[in-house]
Amino acid sequence: MTIRLTEIWVGIFVAAGLAALFMLAMKVSNLSSYSQDGGYEITARFEDISGLKVRSAVTMAGVRIGRVTAIGFDKDTFEAVVTMTVEGDYNTLPKDTSASIYTAGLLGEKYVGLEPGGDETNMQQGDRIKLTQGSMVLEKLIGQFISRFLDSDKEAKN
Amino acid sequence: MKSVMDSLQSLGHKGSGFFERLGRASILFYHILAGVPGLFLRYPLMIQQIYSVGVLSLLIIVVSGLFVGMVLGLQGYNTLVDFGAEESLGVVVALSLVRELGPVVTALLFAGRAGSALTAEIGLMKATEQLSAMEMMAIDPIRRVLAPRFLAGFFSMPLLAAIFSAVGVIGGYIVGVGLLGVDDGAYWSQMQAKVDLHEDIYNGVIKSIAFGVIVTWIAVFEGYDAVPTSEGVSRATTRTVVHSSLAVLGTDFILTALMFGEH
Repeated sequence: MTIRLTEIWVGIFVAAGLAALFMLAMKVSNLSSYSQDGGYEITARFEDISGLKVRSAVTMAGVRIGRVTAIGFDKDTFEAVVTMTVEGDYNTLPKDTSASIYTAGLLGEKYVGLEPGGDETNMQQGDRIKLTQGSMVLEKLIGQFISRFLDSDKEAKN
Repeated sequence: MKSVMDSLQSLGHKGSGFFERLGRASILFYHILAGVPGLFLRYPLMIQQIYSVGVLSLLIIVVSGLFVGMVLGLQGYNTLVDFGAEESLGVVVALSLVRELGPVVTALLFAGRAGSALTAEIGLMKATEQLSAMEMMAIDPIRRVLAPRFLAGFFSMPLLAAIFSAVGVIGGYIVGVGLLGVDDGAYWSQMQAKVDLHEDIYNGVIKSIAFGVIVTWIAVFEGYDAVPTSEGVSRATTRTVVHSSLAVLGTDFILTALMFGEH
């Protein structure tokens, strides 16, 4: 084996390894959908965010326009404070945009859905969404349904 | 009474022997690290070693990566289809490869393919007194023989693990999308939505670097510390494979607990 051939093989090996790393970064992971630069942060307060996580999607009309970047808790009002970063391209959200937490599919993961309002001014860095609707907790829904069912049962007996 | 004392004594002997070897291995590690900076001036040595450690391991890594990915695709599909979630096949394949199987299986194969060869080579050099001959010529065998091999292993392991994972993802694609009919777009888009660059891929690379250091360190030490007879070299080679496999699996648990534990 000449030295030249060895060097060529090592070169091929290193190139293949770097290509594999590149493929893992671009094709397998979410790097290609990262565009953190130019995004702006908005916050929203929810009564209940159970199931929402950091890095959950923020969508409008079903299109992902940002991600949840931090979740905090306000110990005075007992509300969850969700900070989300919206990509810089989408800077025309009206001031009175409302936010709700939805579930993808029946048992899928939670995401924040934004709905536009009619205000002329736009959301800016650090603004707060005032109209919010927390996540639906399945146990609460079932509990309400059962208690209502029992009530109507009692009325029927009377 | 006497036998109790004897077994106690042999236990103590084994214990002190273990710490003696650990100490020797650590001192050797330090000497190798001290020899690493000088290697950048003598890079042809490195190229030669990367060839024998990395390039020659390429075939086994690619073939096993392909098959591991195909098996993951098949098994994942069979489980996921019961829940109607076969679209998530890409996530299952990619996460298990990038986080665990890529680094761990590559390290096990690397220990068998490259680690044993390193130990046998260095052990035989010692048995045929080539290392002593170098010392006679005032050439430090640690810098000339051990350090390039160690650095080559350190350098090759992450590349091999990345190739393993990438080929495995393609293998999962061939079986999942090609044979079983998972949607092509869903395979990639679900994967991209769930695999995180920092949390999954960087941590996988860190794992593979750690395993590369462990395997080559053990291999180089066992060769350098081998009893210079043919039996001693064969025992050292066996020990390399056994010890580095155990060390890789143990370290993997610790690293996984540190990296993915807080969720």
